[in-house]
Amino acid sequence: MATAADGQPRTTRTPTTSSFSRASSSPSAALHMPPNAGVKLGPNGAAFVSSGIPDLDRILGGGFLLGSLVMVMEDSDAPHHLLLLRNFMSQGIVHRQPILFASPLREPRAFLGTLPSPVSSSKAHSKRAIVDPNQQEQEKGLRIAWQYKKYFGEQQASQIHDRDVKQEFSNDFDLRKPLERRLVQNIECISIQDTPELAILRDRCSSFLSTLPRSDGGNLNAGRIAIQSFCSPQCGYSEMDWDMVAFIRFLRSIVRSSNAVAVLTFPSSYLPPSFLKRWQHLADTLLSVRAIPDEDKELAKLLTGYQDMLGFLHVHKVAQMNTQVKENSWFSFVSSFLFSLFFSTNNPFFF
Amino acid sequence: MNPSLSPSVPNLLDEALGLGRGGSAPWRVALVQDCVETSGAFLLHHFLKRALSAEGAGAVVFLALAHPFSHYDRVLRKMGCNLSLQRNKNKLHFIDLLNLEFPVAGQTGQNALEVGFIGLYNKILRSVEASSLRDDKGGWISIIIDDVSLLEIAAHGSVSHVLDFLQYCTTLTSELDCSLVVLNHEDIYSSEEEIRLLSHLDYLSDVVIKTEPLATGIAADVHGQLTIINKGVFTECGRSMNKVHNFQFKVKDNGVDFFYPGSQF
Repeated sequence: MATAADGQPRTTRTPTTSSFSRASSSPSAALHMPPNAGVKLGPNGAAFVSSGIPDLDRILGGGFLLGSLVMVMEDSDAPHHLLLLRNFMSQGIVHRQPILFASPLREPRAFLGTLPSPVSSSKAHSKRAIVDPNQQEQEKGLRIAWQYKKYFGEQQASQIHDRDVKQEFSNDFDLRKPLERRLVQNIECISIQDTPELAILRDRCSSFLSTLPRSDGGNLNAGRIAIQSFCSPQCGYSEMDWDMVAFIRFLRSIVRSSNAVAVLTFPSSYLPPSFLKRWQHLADTLLSVRAIPDEDKELAKLLTGYQDMLGFLHVHKVAQMNTQVKENSWFSFVSSFLFSLFFSTNNPFFF
Repeated sequence: MNPSLSPSVPNLLDEALGLGRGGSAPWRVALVQDCVETSGAFLLHHFLKRALSAEGAGAVVFLALAHPFSHYDRVLRKMGCNLSLQRNKNKLHFIDLLNLEFPVAGQTGQNALEVGFIGLYNKILRSVEASSLRDDKGGWISIIIDDVSLLEIAAHGSVSHVLDFLQYCTTLTSELDCSLVVLNHEDIYSSEEEIRLLSHLDYLSDVVIKTEPLATGIAADVHGQLTIINKGVFTECGRSMNKVHNFQFKVKDNGVDFFYPGSQF
């Protein structure tokens, strides 16, 4: 029943007012159907938005925390961090959340052309859920490697319970199929190439976030900030170590007081070691990506499906807001995950 | 029996630090050093709770650069300490510095920094004086800074200003009978020239508490290990030496479990 109820506002997307009035007229319905599908409420007054990768959401205990700064350490040899950024932004577009994108590219809009589109329309998703939930389970696009699968067992029950909500919360994306142009029109873009004045980026971020004041509970509208390769050489920030770290601290504090998540990727090898540590301390959630070398005989022996794997995703730190405990059972077991992509199939597969 | 649930039973940490039932701290300056892998924030929560819930009139001046009030409020509430209430009772002076920035403008940059730090110091001074005037019972006042590295960033890397500021705070502790707890990150100061702040802090402090990850990696039941260095403990023959304690901990919602390695099961 909940599935059907969920399906309705999605198929008739435009009238947000209708879902709003429904929620206010029947409070019980509001519990089953959050007014904003893109935001999921968690314990300790936490609210999550999806990273665009369902399995990563689960590993992080629900997704990216609203009000947190996520930092991704790039692999200097491989562009895997772009996959994370793309999914993060596409997921925001699917949920119609405002997005600010900053990039050291001369023309950041060009990057928007590479954003993946969701695997199937949400309508088809909910239909399929009614027809055959098992089939849907099998087709789940992103998977964790079998080594870790056993840890999923305990969470399985709640997962099934949450499924209808989850389907909406995070989508699978097809990397081969770009999003329609008109959908990415609304993304705010800013190029940080050769702009040694960080004040510009500061102002853009704060004006972007000023429209998204922090509200606990209620009808949440979340924003996303994506900053690509923040300290890369083309930004021209050399000799500006303290300015950069001050900017990150500033970003962290303004994101904290607004309904938004900021994802910032940076090439860690460009930073002096002590500043790298400072950056890592400033991150609420800290991830890193690392490519798997092509002809690594040792690894090939260790891993099943070695051919298809792209790299490692390390979780160094998970945001702890309003709590002092790492609530995530996943993170306490393993901190690195393998992921891979099949370009030949519909879905990107993460292991 | 869970030691963290019953504050009357001192846990390993309090024992190692020589913390008694009362709120008074046996140190002037305590330094908490953590690293990216193992955050030491839980120790600040622990000290905050101890100082506020102690018998007698403890008061805390909390310089929060890392999180907003709502974060500490929620964390401490689960530990059985209502910060909002304590703030209303003027036992907690919460100084929100999440957005702290000293205006740095051209030539007057150095001056602006000085003015900013003096302003901050005056705020602390006023809070401490207000607390010590309020009751003549000689309640113990703790100043907690979370954390110094962010103070450095706000000061745009001017180590001397931060050091001056900390020196002033240290002077306060002997003049107005209070104690200082500061958190800093050890791993930031890896190279030789940057070690100045950390070594200075180390020199100022009577107690150093280090949090480290387990050498064996991440574990579900043990979150890390603590090293406590009590300085200036005099031996029988009159020589000064450091007393070192080592144990492990597990952070929980309502407190922290401390235990010796291997004694948990």
